[in-house]
Amino acid sequence: MMHRLLAVLHARNLEFLRDRSTLIFTLLLPVMLVIGMGFVFGGPERPLFKVGVLAPHIDRAAHPFLRERYVEFIALPEEQAALQKVRHQQVDLLVNLRDPPRYWVNTDSPKGYIVEKLLLAAVPAASRQPVNGPALRYVDWLFPGILGMNMMFSCLFGVGYVVLRYRKSGFLKRLYATPLNAFEFLSAQVLSRLGLILFVTVVLYAGIGAIIGFHNAGNTLLLLLLAVVGALSMIALGLTIAARFASEELVGGLLNLLTWPMMLLSGIWFSLEGSPRWVQWVAHVFPLTHVLDAARAVMLDGAGLAQIAPHLLFLGATALAFLAFGAWSFRWRID
Amino acid sequence: MSTPILEVRDLIKVYPAATAVAGISFSVPAGICFGLLGPNGAGKTTTIEIMEGILPPSSGEVRYRGEALGGRFREEAGILFQKTALQDFLTVRQCISLFRGLYDHGLTVDEVLRLCALEKLAGRDNRKLSGGQQQRLLLAIALVNDPDVLFLDEPTTGLDPQARRNFWELVQSIKAQRKTIILTTHYMEEAELLCDEIVILDHGRIVAQGPPRRLLREHFAQVLLELPRQDFPAAARALPLNILESSDRIEISTDDLEATLRTLLAAQVSLSHLRIRPANLEDLFLELTGTELRS
Repeated sequence: MMHRLLAVLHARNLEFLRDRSTLIFTLLLPVMLVIGMGFVFGGPERPLFKVGVLAPHIDRAAHPFLRERYVEFIALPEEQAALQKVRHQQVDLLVNLRDPPRYWVNTDSPKGYIVEKLLLAAVPAASRQPVNGPALRYVDWLFPGILGMNMMFSCLFGVGYVVLRYRKSGFLKRLYATPLNAFEFLSAQVLSRLGLILFVTVVLYAGIGAIIGFHNAGNTLLLLLLAVVGALSMIALGLTIAARFASEELVGGLLNLLTWPMMLLSGIWFSLEGSPRWVQWVAHVFPLTHVLDAARAVMLDGAGLAQIAPHLLFLGATALAFLAFGAWSFRWRID
Repeated sequence: MSTPILEVRDLIKVYPAATAVAGISFSVPAGICFGLLGPNGAGKTTTIEIMEGILPPSSGEVRYRGEALGGRFREEAGILFQKTALQDFLTVRQCISLFRGLYDHGLTVDEVLRLCALEKLAGRDNRKLSGGQQQRLLLAIALVNDPDVLFLDEPTTGLDPQARRNFWELVQSIKAQRKTIILTTHYMEEAELLCDEIVILDHGRIVAQGPPRRLLREHFAQVLLELPRQDFPAAARALPLNILESSDRIEISTDDLEATLRTLLAAQVSLSHLRIRPANLEDLFLELTGTELRS
């Protein structure tokens, strides 16, 4: 079994590595995106104050301060996670309006200084809890998003279109006439793409990390584990789309149907905090959301295995489910 | 006759729009070249693909060495489809190496390259081969597992005459190793040269089966007279002769040449463009189905 899997894996790797234009494009696109996005969004944040409220949800009628204009209020039920946001200046201030009222402000944050004045005007009795920490640059926050987006496109389109091309050209039919089975073929495709994605992601992580001066707050091996499980989940998702169909238009449409919502809702470009609950619920159906949430938790907050375990479990379970469905519904030939 | 290596029993394949194979049975003895002949749409490719285990039949079965097609068959069969694309960017050697890696046993890559005269092309991108070279590569891939049974589905369609002859030589050298070959073709010259036994299919049914020489003996007298259609007056069609008509010529089969010539002269048929030749499989097909093989 292994020699068949390795033969297909080796041939697929050779095919990809010799396709210079695709290889260069695969490497260049994310680099250009990071530099471009860093340039565009790397400046000062939008002129909007963001205040975290230690509460399960925001009730604007509950307190006059919550009706302040030009301030976005975000419900943050977890105190530790909320404090981390103050340290990273992802929120300008954190407030607990229940008696006795308290607030946390980052003494290094200019916006925190201003919004503190607004709070004290409305709630003079609020007690101050100072917090320190450098501001999180947008490019630092964007960096995992770009890595994840590149991974998503490579997983979905890279595998989906390759299998579709093999089916249309009759190459799959020829393989079907050999002792190779669907599991061996699909495993070889998954491993080939996984190896490529890990290589590209590591190169981008090291290269772009050096360019933008990024430092990972967490464990790099944990990030690698996350990349493996996340990529497996998304490759397997791509295989489910490519498992049956022979129409490029249909497969392209289905892949777009998956990638665009992920692009918009998985938190590549902006945080979904403050967005309606149903949007957050939908976002958590996508593997990319879990990859990015876990990656940011590790890279920005130094989260450990226990903290990102739910994300890893979700990604592992979906990888198995998608792969099983893909193998079950796989077609070698066009009827 | 040796034990059949393949048996086809009551095979039927029905598609929503048509019945491709309408209940055929035959067996293939080991070590021969077995031809499936017929015009386009006769059911040759459907039959061979069911025999290869690629297509499921609607009913009936195919047995290999007395067993249903399974893992052993896949290990011991070599297949050349009518049309196969290989992976982009791979050289001839790498294509062969990929398929060699899919089997437990077989020839070495160098042996296969040598067998199919591909040594000089080993480093070339498979997409840059000519039609004949491409077919030799696909044959090489079909041979990597040193198969006991080799399926060739219209292997020389689209090749120029020289490439076709080169391919036939290769198949003859494989045949000399006593391998079983299943060949579909609509080139009668190919079938006559390579096949020990044939089945002629038309509209999904078998219309003749047996060794080509025996079939010709059974259906034809010794010679055929061939005349251009315009030299054969309408009144002459009523003559007591065995007349076969095709689009541009009239063929008369006879075992008494002199008597037939006398009859034609008496009917004032011009013999200026007369050709006399032995019957071939093309004639057999015309005789059996009333249509030309390459129609």
